[in-house]
Order: sequence, then structure tokens, then C-alpha cells
Amino acid sequence: MSRPEGKGRGALEVKFVPDEEVLKHIADNAGIKVRKDKTQLTVTVKRFVKKLENISDNEAQEILEEKNYVAALGICAQDPVENGSSVSGSEVYSFQTPKRSSKMAELASELAQTPGQSVAPDHSESPEKTAKTPQSSRHTFLLIMHVFSLLLQSKKKEFVSTTPYRLRKRLAAPDTYLESESEYSASCSEEEDEEDQKEVSTGLSGQKTPAKTKAASTPPPRNTLAKKTKEDKMSNLVEEYFEAHSSSKVLTSDRTLQKLQKRRLNQQTLHDLLQKAPLAYAAEIKELNQQHESLFSKWMLQLHLGFNIVLYGLGSKRDLLEKFRASVLQSSVHLVVNGYFPSITVRSILNSITEEVLDHIGTFRSPLDQLEFIIKRFKEDSSLELYVLIHNLDSQMLRGERSQQILAQLSSLPSIYLIASIDHINAPLMWDQAKLSLYNWLWYETTTFSPYVEETSYENSLLVQQSGSLALSSLTHVLRSLTLNARGIFRLLAQYQLENKDNPSYPGLSFQDFYQQCREAFLVNSDLTLRAQLTEFRDHKLIRTKRGADGVEYLLIPVDDSTLTDFLEKEDEDV
Amino acid sequence: GCFVFKPSPKKRRVSQKTGNDFQERNNDSEDTELRFVTCQSLWNQIKLETEQIQEDLNKQLFDNLISFLRQSHSEFQEKTTEWTCQMKSREIPTAALVLGVNVPDHDLTFRSVSEVLQNNITPYIALLEAKDCPGIKNLMQKLMGQLMDCYIEEDSLEDEDCVQVSQKRISCSMTSLINWYESVTKKTDKTPSKKRTSTSRHWQSPPVVVIFKDMESFITKVLQDFIVISSQHIHELPLVLIFGIATSPMIIHSLLPHSVSSLLCIELFQSLSCKEHLSTVIDKLLLTAQFPFKLGEKVLQVLINIFLYHDFSVQNFIKGFQLCVVEHFYSQPLSVLCCQLVDAKNRVNSLSHDQCENVRRLPSFRRYVESQASEKQVALLTADNFLKEIIQKLLEDLHVYHENYVSVLRCLHVFTSSLPKYPLGKQIRELYCACLENQVWETEEYESSLQLARMLNKSDLVTMLQQCVEIFVSSSGKEFDKTVEKLKEFLTQFQKLEEAFQEQDVSVSSQKDLQKKTDLYHLQKTLLELKESRRSKKLTKFEKLRFEVVDYIDSLVRNYLVPADHKTLHEIFYFNSASVLREHLNAAPRIALHTALNNPYCYLKNQALKSDGGSISNKAPDICIVYKLHLECGRLINLVDWLEAFSTVVTAVEGPNADAASSDQVDDIIHARFIRAVSELELLGFIKPSKQKTDHVARLTWGGC
Repeated sequence: MSRPEGKGRGALEVKFVPDEEVLKHIADNAGIKVRKDKTQLTVTVKRFVKKLENISDNEAQEILEEKNYVAALGICAQDPVENGSSVSGSEVYSFQTPKRSSKMAELASELAQTPGQSVAPDHSESPEKTAKTPQSSRHTFLLIMHVFSLLLQSKKKEFVSTTPYRLRKRLAAPDTYLESESEYSASCSEEEDEEDQKEVSTGLSGQKTPAKTKAASTPPPRNTLAKKTKEDKMSNLVEEYFEAHSSSKVLTSDRTLQKLQKRRLNQQTLHDLLQKAPLAYAAEIKELNQQHESLFSKWMLQLHLGFNIVLYGLGSKRDLLEKFRASVLQSSVHLVVNGYFPSITVRSILNSITEEVLDHIGTFRSPLDQLEFIIKRFKEDSSLELYVLIHNLDSQMLRGERSQQILAQLSSLPSIYLIASIDHINAPLMWDQAKLSLYNWLWYETTTFSPYVEETSYENSLLVQQSGSLALSSLTHVLRSLTLNARGIFRLLAQYQLENKDNPSYPGLSFQDFYQQCREAFLVNSDLTLRAQLTEFRDHKLIRTKRGADGVEYLLIPVDDSTLTDFLEKEDEDV
Repeated sequence: GCFVFKPSPKKRRVSQKTGNDFQERNNDSEDTELRFVTCQSLWNQIKLETEQIQEDLNKQLFDNLISFLRQSHSEFQEKTTEWTCQMKSREIPTAALVLGVNVPDHDLTFRSVSEVLQNNITPYIALLEAKDCPGIKNLMQKLMGQLMDCYIEEDSLEDEDCVQVSQKRISCSMTSLINWYESVTKKTDKTPSKKRTSTSRHWQSPPVVVIFKDMESFITKVLQDFIVISSQHIHELPLVLIFGIATSPMIIHSLLPHSVSSLLCIELFQSLSCKEHLSTVIDKLLLTAQFPFKLGEKVLQVLINIFLYHDFSVQNFIKGFQLCVVEHFYSQPLSVLCCQLVDAKNRVNSLSHDQCENVRRLPSFRRYVESQASEKQVALLTADNFLKEIIQKLLEDLHVYHENYVSVLRCLHVFTSSLPKYPLGKQIRELYCACLENQVWETEEYESSLQLARMLNKSDLVTMLQQCVEIFVSSSGKEFDKTVEKLKEFLTQFQKLEEAFQEQDVSVSSQKDLQKKTDLYHLQKTLLELKESRRSKKLTKFEKLRFEVVDYIDSLVRNYLVPADHKTLHEIFYFNSASVLREHLNAAPRIALHTALNNPYCYLKNQALKSDGGSISNKAPDICIVYKLHLECGRLINLVDWLEAFSTVVTAVEGPNADAASSDQVDDIIHARFIRAVSELELLGFIKPSKQKTDHVARLTWGGC
């Protein structure tokens, strides 16, 4: 909670607004479309400043309210140990003004510019900082112009307009010191220059500046005067949210990874590369882990007393749980569930309990029956005990309502001890009161900062070339087992698909056309044989059929083009 | 994804391990065994007590429910002979049980409901939950399974030759249910010996009770079908429904169309409010000298706040209480003395030297030592035996203190709870918190409540005094004989005053009669005069007496309601670490994540990471940097830009020469690190891949820096 000291004084700030200003506001609102007018531009900028003040005021208000609530919750109890978690909700959840794409680069260079020194990118900084940052970001600005000139070429104007905006944002902090005041005026005049520059560029390109569009479309701040009611704050938040989400236009650069001349890494090389990179702060991480490990016996005690344990916090908790398992659970029956595994289901968890723990042979009609069976067995036999460790209880596959219900019921059994980890920021939303009471959680914060190696290895990241090699080898394997004719049929389809690869709305090859082509190539003699062949393909997931709008069946190979090209080349070699 | 690990059977531990866990960490201090046993026995006592409370509180509700069931049932009984012609209505008797929003508590209520019904009305009870009944078929299956199971259970106790019906083979329909019911009731009719035993509890043809635990979450179609079908057969099967309702009884009508709800004959039952339940629990668990374990002010506040702000669940409150007990006994080695006074005294004698040192280290004990004479100080700090004697004495003091505390607190509550605006709180728990926190007589609220108490009228005052007398008489404290006497004396004085007042009353009323119609000016004048006279007027006898009473109460409060942390050795009995409780019960995972990402120094104590004012150093772990960069973006994030920004930061940290190499040649390792960080953010739910634009990811959070 670094903010309140700074902002607290600002909460009561009353700003005098002359009538002209108000009139301008109104005029400005009407004249949004005529944005070429210079005075109006400056007005918008001014309005921006004011709006920001407004926001910070509101924030102060919000923080006060937050404090009340926090006090009411008894969280205000001064625990020096807990300074970490005393972040108020407003900091975590608050909406904020929209940001421009170039800001990331800006922040990056800012961070890069001041090695070893901390940089405060947000407006919640100390006043001393306020006094000196403008200079540094002016440097930053120049640097960015230099380094990222390529990147920014299309975005220059925007960037020009955002830098002062950020400055103002800082300076708008309520307790401006004298120096910062002078800085303020200085930057203000510079701002004018930049506005001129902007004018020129706008004139030159005749292009719309999205940043300005946004600025202009922001509704004027409701009341700059004293009373800032909560509804006002709320409406502001709502407006900001919709402002950011309304325009379908996305203000990001159009660069793609392909243009980067960068080969996509596959999972293996990625893994190797990361092996080479040293883990930062290994000593500190180790210390953190040792802290957590000292809790093992306490966990055991609490598990036995009927609680279940859930671990949260940044960093992979897999190793920690593994260690827990290795050190404490060696002599008891336990079940480890890798929730992050993409094909895990509740059924498989239940199956492993019934089949391996209870040694039951036989199947169940539904998971509910199975659950009932397990509950019955555990209730009958009080000597049965089972520890269940679930890595990532909040994974894609397990987060469903029904899965959670079943797991909750399992965990509520007195002789099943559950210890689980969650990572997703919204994971606690999975549980309603009924499930929470079944789970009977005790929460433990175990921030480990260890990389999520296993957990992310199944993720389908954009940056990692996934499954390409896998698909190719499976393609060749499957096709090798087929007859010559069948291979020919598949080749036809693949070639046709590659011919159409530039057509983004390519629906696939229609069955009739395909049949025609196959006949012409003497590959099939009736559409029945073709259908039989296609069924085989479909069973191996080599093709997909889709019914078009006209009811015609279209055939597609669900493999990306490059793999398909590779495949055809390979086939050619073979033949 | 699932792996089962089974140890070899000989290695398997027997279940005596719970005690061991207690021991493992605390190998440095002794008495762990004893502590664990004490903890368990105390907890079991508390648990029994809470169950008892629940039972008592629900008694009224259950009685009503039982009489309702009997009634609905008796109608059926009477009509059994001629029901075919007489029973035209097809209404199913239904009890709507409004239970309140505290869903976690419902389970326990239903369990006791079914138990009570089983004992009093009928063996045929089925408990249905929405999650088990996605369709009418499942519902019937579940219903018949439960009904026939309980029937078999009943029978297998009495006669073995009963044919075990495999429930699965019976087709689940209403007809088979009716057949089953007929066969069951007929059998009881035929065997008179059994009838006698069973009719002592149940009637001849007991009703079939179907309980819908969570009526709101049932699929309406299923519910409607079931009601319609069973209403067709109500003649043959005396069915009674019980709906568990968490919201309001209106829900029945919004869930069921009129045509269906008209088939029900609904009677409403209201369970006790959870707040009442909580205050009873607090009353019985905390405001009693029965249990030595006490909650500190902060802890109690946290528990109450979780209750009031989050769930209204008494079960969760008790769970929190359990956690407190466990934590206390686990973390405080001296908690071995936290037991009944007699045991505690014995245990003091067998304290080891280490434990004595532990006692000496207690802050409250140190304060005590400092207040003693110097030679006694030396003795306390060096001689274990002397120390033990003193401890025994102090424990006794504390015990007496607790006994008195409760009575005086209740007495004070009698006064404060009827004051306008309740400056010290309406509930006794608020008053208790205030008294635990600090010296209550120094607070403004106390001041103002005394002021208000001085303005109470006589009849209120008298009833309050009477209540206080009752409290003190029934209390276990021994010192209150005098107090009771004193209060009784006040009462008699009031009595005497009454007679004296009656005469005065006459004169006052006559004076009032003299006041005639008058204009504003005169009214003002007379009022002023009256005011003058009142100010100058001496206090009446009554007023004097009232002052005395209030002052007396005040003196009682000052004497007995000293906050616990002023008492020596309070650490043994009071659990005070609210932070632990909040961490484990009311955790904030998102805030922890936020702190770790924004300010890694909180966790990784490395000077390089130290930064001021919530900002972040550029040497932070990769994920923090990537996170920070992504905060600067809008809805969509261009991966290339992101990667470049990331590599700018990272290369700048690693060496200045990297700057010249520029952004085009991004090192493979940096690339890989970036990929890892991004996929970690994806796992954490901050971003997701987006198809809106090539090589873009969508941000899932809004704001957050």
C-alpha cells in the first residue's frame, strides 16, 4: 500500500473551474469531428490532465473505502509479517485508462536505460521520482526514436502524443513539488511544440490518429468539483472499460513472427535452450522452498484432522509437492494426479482409485456410481486411507463444475486426504459455498518462483512449433500401411488443398468433385469404394469432413500447409 | 496422468501417526504427546457441545415438522378404507423448509432431520440432491434405491428370510414403487409381533418422505415431472415432500408453473436464523468458563467477519475455531497447561526446566516479574520450584478472573443492549470484542453508554437490575454474594421510591392542568423558566439512586472486565495470531500473485531486486518483466513487439554491448526465456492466444498495475 500516503492529501482537493472552461468542454464535445483545430487539440490535452486528476482523486477515495472495508474485515491488524499481502484490492482490480501499443517498447527501454536502478512505470511513485523522471523519459523518447525507428514509423505520431501524456500523468499526482511544477510548465511548452509537429504529420499523412480519437471520445469528466461519490467512480470505470473494449480497432503493430527471420523453436530445442539458461536467484528460491518444506509436518497434522490443503502463489508447486510426497508419504498409499496433463479426466482419477487402490475389477455406468462405490468402500473399511495429490486442480480438464463436484465429494471423505495446487488467477471462482465446505480447505501460500516446466509443456503456445513433426511422421506411417490406390487418393486431396492454400475461405474439396477426379485418375470405380476409403482416412484422423451451407460434403486435411508440402516432397522421393 | 503409489504392506504405518506429526516439528520441547491429547479431548468436547447446540436450536423446527407429518399422515390413515371414492384431491402434502443462505450448514440440518424422522415417523426417507438427478429417470432410481435399501436394512435386523431384492433389476417406475410399498406395509400388517415393535415408533402405513435438499438447483422439468407423476399415485402411496430452500419460499412458485404447484399442499417452516445460531455458539463456547481455551480479540474479529461478510455459515465458524485450537496447541508449548484447573495444577508440578524457561520468556510473565520485589524477582527467575508455585497461583487467579468476567460481561450487556443506538453494540459478541480489545471504560462508546444509562427510566432500570441479579445468582463465581446483596438493596430502594413518587405524581399532574392555551411567546418563556428551575433543582431521590446504580455497575466493570492481555500468563489460554487464521481461511491468491509479480523482493530477498514504491527492477525474474511489459498493452498484444521489448530489457541488464547488436538478432536463449515466461502467463490466466490478428495474444485482465 504505497499509494495512500501520496494520494491521501489529494482526496480533498477542490478544483476551481471557470465558466469558460466548462463552455469549452461543451464546445469540445460538439466539435469532436473537427479535430484539425489546434485550440481544440490543446483543450483535449488539458482535459486529459484534468481527467487524470479526477481519476487519482477517485482512486484516493476508493482507497479510503477500501481501507474501511479492510478494517472491517480485520485485515488492518498490523502484522509486520504480512506486508506482502496487504495490497488493497483496488490496486489489483482497478480499471485504468487505456494504453497504447508503443508503451511497451517505451517501458522496455526505460527499464533498459536504468540498469540496476528501479524504475517506476506507474503513477504510484514517490514525489521525488516525479521530479526527476520527466528528464529520463525524455531521453527515453530520443532513444526509442533511435532504436525503434523501424517499429515506430507507422506509429510515430501516436507515440509523440503518448509520451507527454505519460508525463502529465505523473505530474498530475496531487502533491506536486515546486520543481515538478516548473518541470510541468516546461514540458507543457514542449508539448505545444509536439502538438505542432503532430499537426504537420497529421496534415502530411492525412491519417487518423487513433490515440486522439480515443481521447476525444472519452466522455468529459463528470464533476471536477468536490463531491466524488462512489457512483461517479463506478460510472467512470464502466466508461473506461467500454471505451477500451468498444472499438473493434486494435492498436497494435502488424508485425508477425514470420517476418522476424526467426525459426520457430520446437519443444525439444526450447527445453535444451532453457537448460542452458541459468536459473535466476537460485539461492533465494531455494530458501523459499526450504521455508515451505518446514511446513510438511504441519500439513500432515492438518490433513489428519480433516482439513484439506490447497497451495497457491506464483511458481510451480510441483517440485514442492513431489518433495512432500517423497519425504512424508512414502509409507502410505497415495495417488498423484497431474492435472495439467491434457487428457486427464475425473473418470481416470476415479478409475485409478477403484482399480488400483481398491482392487476392484469392473466398470461403472457413470462417474456418480463410481463415486458412490468409492464412498461406500471407504466408509465400510476404516483402515483404508488414501492421500491424493493433485497438481493443478484448476487445469482445463478438471475445472468443470461436475469434476469439481466429484473431487469435492471425494475430498470430504474423512479417510481421503487431499493436497492440491492452483495457479490460475481465477481459480477460486470454481468453488461455490457448497463445494468449499466439502473441500474444507486450508489455504497455504507457497510462492516458489520456480518455472512451470512440466505444466506449460503441454500448452499450445503460439511461439512454439508444436506437433508439426509429429503430424508428419504419423501421416507417413499411416499412409505406408495403405494400398497404393488409397495413397493416390490422399495425394490428390493434398495437392488440391495446396493449390488452394492462398484462398483463405477455401472450404475443402467437395465430395462430388473429388469423386470425379479420382475416377479420372483411375483410382476408384464407384463412389462406394471412395466412401470406404474416406472412412478409413477419417478413422485415422487424416481428413475431416464438413457440410457446407449448400449441404455438400467438403473434405479437408487438418494439417498445416508446410507439413503437407513436406509430406508431398517425401512421398515424391519414395516413389 | 494418474499414478498410484502403494508401499509394501510391511512398511505401512498403522494409524497412530497423528500424534507423531504433532511431535515431529516440536522435538525441541516436551509434552507434545500430552499436548496433543489435551487438544484432541478439548476439541471433542467442543464438537459435542456444538452438536448439542444445533440439536437444541432445531428442536422447535423439528417438532413442527413432525406434527405436520403426523397430520398429513393421519388423514391418509383415516381414509385408507374409503380413499378410492373420497379422496378427490390429488394434493401432495409438502413442507417447504426455508433454511437461509448458509448452504454449508444445510447438510447437518438435513442429516438431523432425517434422523429425527426416522426415529419418530417413518423408516422410508429418501434424500435427494440436485446433482444426482439430471433426469427423472435418475431421480426415480435414486429414490427407489434409497427407499428399498432402508427397507432391507430394517428387515434384515428382524427377520433373515426376507428376499433380498436386487434393486437394479426392478424397473424404476411409480408402479413398482407402489408395489413395493404395498408389500412392505402388508407384511407389517401380517406379522403382529413385528407390528407391535414397529408401531411403537411408526404408524401402520408410514408415509414416504422425499427430501429435496437443494430445491433451487433442481432442473425444473425433472421436479415438475416428478410432482405430476406422483400426484397421480398419491392415493396408493402416502407421499410427503420436503423442499430445502435457501432463498425465499417464492422460489417454489417461480420454479413451478401454477398447474404443478397447485398439486402441492405447501406448508412453510422457517429454520432458525444463522445469526441466532452463531450467538448461541459464541455464548456456549466462548462466554463460559467451561472451556479453558479462549480466542483473542483479533482472532474472534476475523472469525466473525468471515461469518458476516462471506458466508453466514456456522459450520465454517466452527471450522475456524477448530483451526484456532489446533494452531494454539501446535505452536504454543505451554498450551499443555490449557486444561481444567485441577489438571493444570498437577501438570505445573511436572513441568520440565525447559518449560519453566518458556514461562519466563512470556511477555506477560516478564511484566509480572518486573512488578515484584527484587529478591522475589531473583527467586522467580532462578528457582523452578518457586516458579511453579507462583504459576499455580496465577493460574488460579486467571480461572477466577474468567468466571467473574463472564457474569459481569453479561450484566453489562443487559444494560448496553437496551440503550438507544447501541453504542457498545447490540450483540454480546460485539461487547465481548470491545472488552477484549482494551480497557473498555476508556472508550468513548462506554462513556456515552453510561451517559445514556443515567437517563433510563425506572421500570427499565428495575427489570435490568432484576436480570443482573439473576445472572449473578446463577453464575459460578464466588465473589458475587455481596454484589447480589447490593443489587437487591437497590431494588428495594426503588420499591420504596415508588410509594413516595405516587404522591408527587398527583401534584405534578395538577400542575400540568394549570397550563392553559398560550401563545408562542409565553410558551417559550415558561419553557425557559422550567429549564432554569430544572437546572437549579436538586436531584430527586430517584435520580440519585439511578446515579448510584450506574456508578456501581461502572465499578463492577472496572474491577472485573480487565482485558485479558493485562493478565499474567494469558498466553497459555488465548490464541492471538489472527494473521495465521486469515491466511489459511480467507486467503487472497490473486493478491499473492500480484505481489510476487510486481514486487518479487517480497519473496526473493536479494538486494538487486530491492526497489522502492511498488516498482520493479529490471533484474527481476523473467516472468515479472514480461508481466510488467504486458501491463502496458491494451486488449491485444503483439508477440513480436513484446519479444523485442523483453530482449531490450534483458540484454541491457546483461551487457551494454548488446545494444549495438540491435533488436533484430535476438538471442535464442532470450527467445526461449521469453517463450517460457509467456506460456507461464498463459497458465496463470493473464493472456490467451487470439485469432483476431496474427501473432497476437489477448489480455484477459484489465488494469492491475
